[in-house]
Parts: sequence; C-alpha cells; structure tokens
Amino acid sequence: MTAPSSDMPLSATQLVHLAPDHPPHDRNPGMALDLDWVAGVQANTSAIERRAASLGGRRSVKKDHQAAWLLKAISLIDLTTLSGDDTPGRVQRLCAKARAPVRAETLHALGMEGLTVGAVCVYHDMVETAVRALEGTAIPVAAVSTGFPAGLSPWHLRVQEIRESVAAGAREIDIVISRRHVLTGNWQALYDEMAEMRAACGDAHVKAILATGELGTLRNVARASLICMMAGADFIKTSTGKEGVNATLPVSLTMIRAIRDYQDRTGIKVGYKPAGGISKAKDALLYLALMKDELGHPWLQPDLFRFGASSLLGDIERQLDHHLTGHYSAANRHAMG
Amino acid sequence: MTIKEIFDTMSYGPAPESNAEALDWLARHDHRFGHFINGSFTAPQALFDSTNPATGKVLAQVSQGSETSVDAAVAAARRAQPKWARLPAHKRAQYLYALARLVQKHARLLAVLETMDNGKPIRESRDIDLPLVARHFYYHAGLAQLAPTELPGMEPLGVCGAVIPWNFPLLMLAWKVAPALAAGNTVVLKPAEYTPLTALLFADISREAGLPPGVLNIVTGDGDTGAALVAHPGVDKIAFTGSTAVGKGIRRATAGTGKALTLELGGKSPYIVFDDADIDSAIEGLVDAIWFNGGQVCCAGSRLLVHEGVADHFHAKLKRRMDGLRIGDPLDKCIDVGAVVDPVQLASITRMVDASDGDKYTADTPLPSGCFYPPTLITGLSAASPLMQEEIFGPVLVSMTFRTPAEAVELANNTRYGLAATVWTENVNLALDIAPKLRAGVVWVNGTNMFDAAAGFGGVRESGFGREGGWEGLLAYLRPSGKAAALKPVAPLPAPKSATVDTLDRTAKLFIGGKQARPDGGYSQPVYGPKGALLGHVGIGNRKDIRNAVEAAQAAKGWGRATAHSRAQILFYIAENLSARAEEFAARLKAQTGSSGTAEVEAAIARLFSYAAWADKFDGAVKSVPIRGVALAMNEPCGVIGALCPDDAPLLGLISVMAPAIAMGNTCVLVPSQPFPLSATDLYQVLETSDLPAGVVNIVTGPHAELAKPLAGHMDIDAVWSFSSTDVSQIIEADSATNLKRTWVNHARARNWFAPDAEGRAFLRHATAVKTVWVPYGE
Repeated sequence: MTAPSSDMPLSATQLVHLAPDHPPHDRNPGMALDLDWVAGVQANTSAIERRAASLGGRRSVKKDHQAAWLLKAISLIDLTTLSGDDTPGRVQRLCAKARAPVRAETLHALGMEGLTVGAVCVYHDMVETAVRALEGTAIPVAAVSTGFPAGLSPWHLRVQEIRESVAAGAREIDIVISRRHVLTGNWQALYDEMAEMRAACGDAHVKAILATGELGTLRNVARASLICMMAGADFIKTSTGKEGVNATLPVSLTMIRAIRDYQDRTGIKVGYKPAGGISKAKDALLYLALMKDELGHPWLQPDLFRFGASSLLGDIERQLDHHLTGHYSAANRHAMG
Repeated sequence: MTIKEIFDTMSYGPAPESNAEALDWLARHDHRFGHFINGSFTAPQALFDSTNPATGKVLAQVSQGSETSVDAAVAAARRAQPKWARLPAHKRAQYLYALARLVQKHARLLAVLETMDNGKPIRESRDIDLPLVARHFYYHAGLAQLAPTELPGMEPLGVCGAVIPWNFPLLMLAWKVAPALAAGNTVVLKPAEYTPLTALLFADISREAGLPPGVLNIVTGDGDTGAALVAHPGVDKIAFTGSTAVGKGIRRATAGTGKALTLELGGKSPYIVFDDADIDSAIEGLVDAIWFNGGQVCCAGSRLLVHEGVADHFHAKLKRRMDGLRIGDPLDKCIDVGAVVDPVQLASITRMVDASDGDKYTADTPLPSGCFYPPTLITGLSAASPLMQEEIFGPVLVSMTFRTPAEAVELANNTRYGLAATVWTENVNLALDIAPKLRAGVVWVNGTNMFDAAAGFGGVRESGFGREGGWEGLLAYLRPSGKAAALKPVAPLPAPKSATVDTLDRTAKLFIGGKQARPDGGYSQPVYGPKGALLGHVGIGNRKDIRNAVEAAQAAKGWGRATAHSRAQILFYIAENLSARAEEFAARLKAQTGSSGTAEVEAAIARLFSYAAWADKFDGAVKSVPIRGVALAMNEPCGVIGALCPDDAPLLGLISVMAPAIAMGNTCVLVPSQPFPLSATDLYQVLETSDLPAGVVNIVTGPHAELAKPLAGHMDIDAVWSFSSTDVSQIIEADSATNLKRTWVNHARARNWFAPDAEGRAFLRHATAVKTVWVPYGE
C-alpha cells in the first residue's frame, strides 16, 4: 500500500467514521515527510487540559460493564519490567503473571477464561528468557531498544540493538526518539531516524516513544507524533516511564488527535500506548473511554492500544474481586507478577 | 449481556445517579409546596404540576402565586429589609458564607433535584451548576464584608424582585440572591414555572443558615405571578433573566416607576473559528457551547462562523464529534445531552428547525423517545436566514463562513443581540484585536461558557443591560445614599409685550456632523432674556433632526477607537477655548437667566478638566478568576448616547453630560436646556475650534417632550439619558424597549450640578459597558 500524497484535499467522505466493527488493519507504511502539515499543527494547551479534566465527569462505567472494561484493560496491558536488577527468575515470574493475570476462579466466575495481558515488555537481555517463558501462548514479547531510556548511545549501536532484539524473538520494539531533534525543530532528522529504526525492525512492530515529559509543549508532542507516523511508526507511545512526567490525559488527547488526523489523511490506523503513571483501575477506565470516544472501537484492541504499566494489574484484580464479592480486596490475595 | 459480550462490544452501560434522597425530600413535603414567605412555607394552594421532562412524571405540585401571595412576600421582605441593611457588614457576610457552606453540604441533593426538574445531565448540575452556585455565595460573602468600606456613600435599593428562567434554576437564583443580600436588600424571587423545585429546596436549606425571616422569599407561579411581582409598587428593583420578548415587556411595565432594572436576555452568540485555530479543541468547545444544557443557554455559541478555507474540514470533523454524543437519561453519569425542559420547548425547537432552509445534519446517535431533541447542525445558511438571527434555545447549531477577520467581525455583529462571543485562533494579535470589536458583554478566547462570580456577565443591545458578578454586579443593587429633592419644571421666560431687539440678527443653528444646520422643519423660536431682550432664535428640532444627528454620531464612532490620551487632549483643548471666552459665556448665562454666570463657566471648565483627566484613568480590571489565564474587564463606550440635558445650569449641565460621554469614547446627540439653549449653541463654536472630530457631539435644540420619544425609540442609539425638568422618564424608559438601549433618567428628581457628586465614577459607569474578555493561556 502506498501512502497518499500529502496534499490530497480533505473532504467529509474521507474522514474515517468510528464504526464499532474491527477489521484487521494494514501496517503503517509511512509517507513522505510533509513539513507543511507539521508546521500547521496547533495544540491549545488550556483547551486540551480542560477537555481532559472534564472527561472523568462525562463518562462512567458501572457494575458488569465496569468488570468487562477492566478485563479489557488487562488484555491491553504491556506487562513491564525495566529495572537494572531484572533477572531471568524475575522475568519468568512476570511471564507467568502475563499468562494468568487474574486468579482462575475469578476469570471462571466472569466467564473470561483464557484472558492474558497484551504483551510482556523487557530489556533486550531478557528477550530470550521472556520468549521461552511465553511459549505456547500468543503473547508477544516487546523489547525496549535504541539505548533506552535516553536514546543517546551511538547511532549504529541503537540500530544494531533493534536487529538483535528482533533476532532474539521480540515481535515488538519500543524505540526512543532523539528528543533533541524535537527541541531544536530538526524534523528531517527525526523523520530519518524514525524511518531507519522502522526499517531495522523488519516484521516486528515498532512503537515510537516520544518521552513527552521532555518535549516541553503539547505542540511539540503533536508535531513529534505526526513525524513518527509519517516515518512509519506502528504505535506512538508517551514515555519511557523514566521521565519526570509520564502519561497524562492532556498528552494522550494530543497524541490521539494526531493519530486521528493521520488516519483521516492516509487511511492508516496507528496505535497508541500511554506508559507510566497509570496505576489505578479508575485511570484505566478513563483511558478506555478516551480511546473509545476519540478514536473508536478499533483502538480498544491490543493491535492498536496498550497500557505500559506494571502496577495497574494489581489494582484491577482487586476491583474485579470487589465486583464478584462485594467486599474490598487486599493485595496479598492476588499472585505477584 | 454477558461480561464476555460487553468485553467484545465495549459498550457503555447504564450509570444512574441515585435519586432516592431527592425523592425523600419531596415525600417529606408530601409532594406539595406553598410559597416560602417570611421564613416558612405557606399552605399549598392553586396547585400546578412540576414534571420531570425526561420521564414525563410529576415530581411535585407547587402553588400558583397570586397578587395576594406576591403582596405578602413583598410585605415580608419590606419588614425585614431595614434590619437586614443595618446589620454590620460582617454579619451579612457570615450569613452568605453559611449559605455557601450549606450549598456545598447539600450539593448532591441540589444537583440531583435540579436534573430531575430541568432535564440537564447530572454531570452539568453536579460539576458546573452547583460549584458555581457555591462560588457565587462565597464571593458575595466577601463583597458583603467589603462593600461599606469600598463603596462609601451607597445604600441598598430595598426590596428586590427577581424573576428567573428555567435553564439554570439554582444558578440564576444564586446570581440574583447573593448580590442582593450582600448589598443589604431583601428579595422576593419567582422561579420559572417549569423548574421551581431547587429554589424551594434552597429556601428550606436557608433556614439552616438562620437567615432572618423575610430576607429571602420565594413565590412560585407562571408568567402572571412574575408580572404581579414586576408590577408591585413595593418593589424597588427588578432583576430579570429570560427571553428578550418578556424583558421588553418588563422594561415597559416598570417605565417611569423609579424601579431599578437589570435584564439578562437572549442571544445568538457568534462562535468564530479562524483557520489557525486548534480545530479539535474548537470542536470540543462547541460541545460546551451549544450542546451544554441542550443549547438552552442564553449565551450559547449558537452561530458558528468558520473561516471559509477550513469550513468543509471543520464541518466534517464536527459531525463526527456530534455522532459521539450520548443522549438520554439526565441522571445517567455517562450522558452528554439530557432532556429538553418541556414538551412546549421541544415543539418550539422542532417548529423552527423544520421551517428552516439549509443543509441539516442530525447526530447519528440513538435518540430516546420523549422530550429529547438530537444535536443538529445546519450549514449553507445566509445571514438573512431566520435561524441565523433567531434564538432557537435548543441543541441546534447554525453555521456560516467568512473570508477575513473584518468580515468575521461584521457577521458576528450582524445581530440584534450582544451577549457573548467566542473566538478561536492561536494568534494572540488576532484574538486581542477581535475581542474589543465584537458587540458583546462577554468574549471568550479559545474557550467558551466560562463563568465566575468575580467576572461580570451580561449583554449589550437586545441581550439586556446590567452585569452580574464582580463589583460591577454589586453596584446594580446599590444606589447613592439619600433622596434627591423634586425637580420643578424650569420654564422659558415669556415673551415680553415689546422686546428689546438688537439690530444684528443672531440665529443659532443645530450642530450636526460638525456643521451648523437649519432645523428640518424650518421652524424657530425666539429666546428672551429676563428683561425682555430678544436674545436670538433657536431652531425647533424634530425627529428628522434627531435622525440626522444620530447618523452623524454613528459615522463618528471612530472616536471610540482614538486613544484615551488624544480624547483627553481634546477635552483639555475644549476647556482652554472655553476659558478664553469665559466672560462671553458668563454674560450669555446672565442674559438668559438673570443671574451671574461666572461661577457656572468656571465650574464647566473645571468639569472639562475632570473628564480630560478621567479619559485615560477609568481603568478596567483583571479579575481573579479560577483559571490559568486572565479575565479582563474592559470599560468600553456604550456607543451613541442621546441626552436631554439639564434645563437648569444651561452650560454646566450640558458639559456635565457631554464630557463623560465623549471622554469614554462615546459619540452623542445632545438636546440642550430647553428654556436656556443659547449657551449650548454658543458652545458649538468652541467645539469647532477644538479639534473635536465632526459628529462626536451633535446638538439639537427643541422641546424635550417632543424629542424624548424619537431619541428613546431610535434603534441606532445605545443609551439615552435625561436630566430634563420636563418629566419624560416614563416615555424614555418605555420607548427604550424598542432596542433595549440603556437608560439613565432623573424621575423628576433634582441634582445640584455644582456638587462634587455631579461628576465622576457614576457618570463614567453610565458612559461605559463592562466587557469581560476571558483569555486562558498556557503552552
């Protein structure tokens, strides 16, 4: 599939309607860098913040719907460990949790046997361990790459790291962009970097981490989102989890509006992954409502939406327990990841 | 649905807010309410239903207020008022603080009851209405505390009658009750017929604040009850929020009675989107502009004006957003648009939309049966289309395109109304250029429907007059202390049996558009001195002369855009030139009135100096509103002011009226002293030599009783003042209803034009309108 030319006129019929069905989508082939489009990007911070702040009051899911939505959230989690003290044992335990994220009797009671998380996300050195631990499941292993989290190691090593993670069995690669290209407005460099990393991924899907907490403005977030999509990112992702500020609703709104514009212009769906700071079941529901309202049903599936989270699962398990028993639960009643 | 099925469809389920507490409260009152008068509920009588529009079920029955009930309420308010006004300010502040706290403590009950009675989504009553209500009482607790020291020389009006609409029942109560009580007035409030319940609950709760009996009274009923309150002679002020048609009726009904009046009426507020706007945010803003409370909002951004180059794209995105709106049970916490307030309103919306031309798009979203109307967009309309002009008061947005900023302003102002306006652009130069040019009381930049107790809210043109919120809102509940003496008519001196005639003819003309003009009718009248001298002739101006003068004043409106510094320079220059001819003017005063004119000329020069000084010092304000951003309160000129000048003090009186008007950037049509007009006609020679642009001041001599009517009724005049000794106050206030121009009349009360209070802030406030410009910021 070729990317449509960027100066294609926009019309009503081209805007993609948010239909509830979910056909498989094509990978993002990218498109030529369109700097006019980038220059025209607007993001009004106050207005975006107001929309984000009122969202929680506008949407509410209760009872069975809440349980179903929380189970959906589990299916969208990139269960993550990205610590210097990660060991094979730690990663195996995480993978076991990924296979069985909720107590079997709970899943049985909810009629949701077989539920797993969306993926397991680890450093390169843990990829093989994770792949082996997840054999027999459909759960992909994602590797953070390219000198994560700062992305400042030598360029050839960053590209090589992608290749080695893919060779080790990672089906998804979470790359970090060079923030300096955004901060200095070097869009061509950002585009080239992203395109080359995308190429290095081969068949593995690439998630572009923008490190939004270090981009200074929502306008920069919107611009960087567009550039990464033009250069072929399959997903755009907020954060490494290591910045001072990670996923926020205003940043998310900005990025998913960029995703919608990209789809309107090219017909291509790009995924979204907020990461870092989403630790409560209630937050997860809010994100799901945001995705549903702004982008539609396809973005409630793991091929287009993931939560980058480590402690979220525990809170969701407790909420599901409460749904079934009517009593508030405790962490020690649920298996560690 | 099984959990697995929901997991697959990810549908929103029901998320109902409980109404058990609200139903309990209604049951405790046996679902029947009397009025709240003198601190307790009267026996229910002449009952009518208050229904839940979302279900059609009757919630309670309330009493139809009769003249007798209004009378009882006004009497209770009257009895309570002196003691309430005499309380130390701090004590009144405590009561208002207690009301604020009680609103917070009962917030959910009030919100749920509001939603049940009105049909608005619980999200709005809970997250917007109730917090604003509490904020309003807190803010006015502060104003009550500070008013005596910050506004010395003012006193409360007395008993205030409030008539409020059904779209924000409790919030409008707060907007009327809080400032009235803070200023030391007592209140009789008539809630809307459709939505009386939260007012009754509030009254119930007010007893927990220990509010003295009679300070707040609620009389329920329909328009007849409201009319009885408006007509009641014991009421000192009417504060009305509602339709322009009813507002005009109230203006006529109160004309000449001396009742103070503020009107907050309808609108067809423009929502302007420039091509450099954050389009997605502008669309989200429209959700808050026209689908907030189902578009049943006086300041709803109901008239979309979008830059032509991005219009198709914008409309396409907007339609998609509309499809995502969820309409349904207002008590559901996951609903965007609730019920229309009443089947009558639903029928009205339906009728207006069905009769309209244009391309109609209805949101592709499930619509419950019953009293619901779908979010609707109508494109392809022209400025002449009825729906571009008429307020629909429903979830219907109409749209047009523009090409340039100037055209956007022109289209935005092409309306009878002037309540609010919204501007979306990322260009601060453009936003701050456009905001002052929009004829509206409130302008929102890159946001919409932002409200706060500290920021004035209110309209211009047929959207009414008066501000609610801020110090400017409090002033509408106060007046200068003391009662002025009656003003006796000042008669012209009679023609002598044989006049002393100077052989050199001196014919004073009218002064219109910077030129001396003969009166249209071709009639003149002689002016005699006290000793029988024929001092000259003046033209007898008629309605056509008024028309010509107003046209000249309109053409001179660039004066309002001149810098305040240059307006000050010209006022100084007028003073300088008058000073140069002081003796001549003094002599002329003496020739007309028989008394020495020296002091009056000196006072006139001093007054010109005062307003030259004020021209660049009547500053606006930056309001402390709870957003990251600024709310600017800008003092803007009213526009064209028509004034019947004092008959006494022929020179000083005219200057006292003219100088504040032009200092603030207005242009004016002045009808000088009827018995002593020659000082005014001499003055135009001073104006001609003082670099005052043509048309800024126009002088039409003639009989006040004749000229009051064409001035008051003229649609292109923005304010009319009268200090005439001919009692034309009733005529002016009644005829001002044609376009709801502001009025300031003397009700046959005298004013000492030499006194210090004959100049200053009161005059400047009448010569200006506060425009609140909200500019949120942040990158």
